[in-house]
Amino acid sequence: MVSAFARTALVALLLPASAVLAASAQETKEAYSAAKALSDKAAANKNQWPATLTALAAAKAAIEAGRHDEALSKAKEAEALARASIEQTEREKTAWKDAVIR
Amino acid sequence: MKALLAPAAGLALALSIAIPGIADAWAAEMVDPKADLKTFQAYFYEKFPNVKHEDFVNGPYSMDEGMRKQWEEKEEFPPYDFAIEKGKELFETPFKNGKTFADCFENGGIGVRQNFPRFDLKLGEVVTLEYAVNRCLTENGETPYSYVKDEMAAVTAYMASTSRGKPFAIDVPNDPRALAAYEAGKQYFYTRRGQLNFSCASCHVQNPGNRIRAEVLAPALGITAALPIYRSEWGGMGTATRRYMSCNSQVRGTPLAPDDELYRDVDYFLSFMSNGLPISGPGARP
Repeated sequence: MVSAFARTALVALLLPASAVLAASAQETKEAYSAAKALSDKAAANKNQWPATLTALAAAKAAIEAGRHDEALSKAKEAEALARASIEQTEREKTAWKDAVIR
Repeated sequence: MKALLAPAAGLALALSIAIPGIADAWAAEMVDPKADLKTFQAYFYEKFPNVKHEDFVNGPYSMDEGMRKQWEEKEEFPPYDFAIEKGKELFETPFKNGKTFADCFENGGIGVRQNFPRFDLKLGEVVTLEYAVNRCLTENGETPYSYVKDEMAAVTAYMASTSRGKPFAIDVPNDPRALAAYEAGKQYFYTRRGQLNFSCASCHVQNPGNRIRAEVLAPALGITAALPIYRSEWGGMGTATRRYMSCNSQVRGTPLAPDDELYRDVDYFLSFMSNGLPISGPGARP
């Protein structure tokens, strides 16, 4: 008697590698697009961080080289950095006044 | 900020035509450069009671005795001398149409640096010395200079040298566009940016005299008086624009385009804050 878990594990092992890569490539592409959109917004705010661009470029290079795990990781890093810079811009729209010499 | 202020400024302008008294009172409440100037200068004079007021224009050398001695020795053979020479040559060399820079400036461009930046009411924008130099070039059919170094640094170094000792005399006219530009510069100066989450004020208001690594931070008061400067870090001369771009990079932010109007606005704000202090440029910094 083969357990359900063993059957699932066997199926996963026997899945063609290309099917696993295709799913990863799609996920990576979406992550890159999301990061790029936020990075563009940061640039439009005139508060782009170079680290965002570095991570984004690394994600793109990894996508082109087919290194999807690395690409996903770099895309998520770029997204987090871009998001932080946008939040900084939003916060500073009013917070700068607190620093003014009075 | 300018984008936010523009409608308000426009409304103020419209109201000033209809109901001058109310609009003026409103504008004055929003932006008050003269009150800012008073509190800004008082802050530095109280924070550093032993620094002579006119010495603030010497930046880190007014804050650190050791650095001052090194600087005084360096001033015997100033590293910016070659830029003054080159700038004088460029300044006096006729354009293709026979005119020179002298034709673009009052008093032939000699001894006028202390009046820049100024707000040009016809153009409706801030005109820094660098911007004026490039406008002069383009209006005479010449190619504008890079805003960052080389010829621009040389010409402005020469012009600054003819104004040494003359007190900054920057005017912010009671015009909604001028007030909006001033306020945009002020906001830029105090806004944190970059991955390090620093504003210009983080270093030059909150920490002048303290060190960041090997550097002694200069006070914001008088900081534009020494521009353009020779920086050992750069291995050459740099303009005011280069200084602002360098600040952006140091806080791990991407600099604006060299000709971005925000750099002109922040130069306007900082120079107005230094009103009354003498021009010391061109300068030399580590």
